[in-house]
Amino acid sequence: MQKQLTQKRPHVAFIATAMLAVATAQAAEVTVNQHDKAFVIEGNKVEAVTINVGDTLRFKNDDPFFHNIFSLSDLKTFDLGSFPKGQSKTVTFDKAGMAEVECAIHPEMYIEVTVK
Amino acid sequence: MKTHPTFIHMARKVVFMTCLGMTATSIQASEDYSRFLRPAEVPQPDNNRITTARVELGKMLFFDPRLSGSNWISCGTCHNPALGWSDGLPTAVGHGMGVLERATPTILNTAYQPLQLWDGRARTLEQQALGPIKATGEMNQDLDEVIKELSALKGYRDAFEDAYPGEGITKETLAKALATYERTIVSTESPFDRWVKGETHAMSQTAQKGFEVFLGKGRCALCHDGFNFTDNGFHNLGLKGDDDPGRYGIRKIKILKGAFKTPTLRDIELTAPYMHNGMYKTLEEVIEHYDRGGDTKDNLDPNMQPLHLTASEKASLVAFLKALTGEPTPVILPRLPIE
Ligand SMILES: [Cu+2]
Repeated sequence: MQKQLTQKRPHVAFIATAMLAVATAQAAEVTVNQHDKAFVIEGNKVEAVTINVGDTLRFKNDDPFFHNIFSLSDLKTFDLGSFPKGQSKTVTFDKAGMAEVECAIHPEMYIEVTVK
Repeated sequence: MKTHPTFIHMARKVVFMTCLGMTATSIQASEDYSRFLRPAEVPQPDNNRITTARVELGKMLFFDPRLSGSNWISCGTCHNPALGWSDGLPTAVGHGMGVLERATPTILNTAYQPLQLWDGRARTLEQQALGPIKATGEMNQDLDEVIKELSALKGYRDAFEDAYPGEGITKETLAKALATYERTIVSTESPFDRWVKGETHAMSQTAQKGFEVFLGKGRCALCHDGFNFTDNGFHNLGLKGDDDPGRYGIRKIKILKGAFKTPTLRDIELTAPYMHNGMYKTLEEVIEHYDRGGDTKDNLDPNMQPLHLTASEKASLVAFLKALTGEPTPVILPRLPIE
């Protein structure tokens, strides 16, 4: 029963996010969880995400240890520092292009952000 | 990470048996620790699959001092199998007996590491393999020169042809062969592994208590997690008097100043002294360091904090760490080609 619920949820949530984006046609916020040393969106492990110009990514730490978020990409260079479980940091992308976002502490945590 | 079905099955069986009858307070009862068992399959790249010929060639090269400029230092000089694939020194000694800045890391289980070296500057073993040969402070060898020297020996011409048919003796095949040999250097079964698989007495009560401290109050598993006891991450541990920038030299991100890769704890008993600068002689000293929450607070990893461990908790941690020592693997040294 539990398993069915967790399998269904991502789809529902995904549609919700998409509808929100269409309805407002601007500035959506997408939460990226930092879970088991991986980036997770709506329960699915991801290595890439596509967003629109003006959208914000919220990185939320679900692990019992610290994570960091940074990018040294041409599109946007930032270091959001490190933060513990339960806390989150946001970054808004205001130009189109591609950025590689990583956790400095755990380099296996890597996500390609495409901004349209 | 892949888990081995047999291991899961056995671990579950232990849980079942314990629930039924045993009233022991063993922590084994409540958890599935199969993530701490080494995946039997070693990761290997598609363009350099492990074959017997490649392993044999890689082993010859690994133990051949003629790979160095002095013809006197081999990979195995510093990565000595008799010293836990390290050298027993605080920091490495290289060309001309020059003392280097960092400790020789063990090469045990490097096959499973996504990044190589203390600062993670090489991604694959193939990328890493030629670095120490070229480095003036280490083996101080000109790569074109070593290719020429190897090509002059029939034994090597044949061994390269067997291992990499038609590819010749090149920097690429040299790196591939060394990387392949390194992929065979993996941890063996330790008392801890036997305990995880359900042998209740494989690890002492003290070591079992130590594992509990390791996972809990000691905060060790925040970084030293999984079968290789590493998060493959980078942390500044606040070592007194150390000003090595570490990972910051590769990635200019503040948290990486003075941060180094979390090393494996497999066979840790065999690889003293400890830390990237070899400043601690014993595991007891290392545990005291963590218990203090580190010394230098500047850019200290935020996971570090004073632990207030009791003397018995510290002793149990040491017992646990020593239960990670695997069965010895005999290494038969190859005969090297002399013509
Ligand atoms: Cu992280």
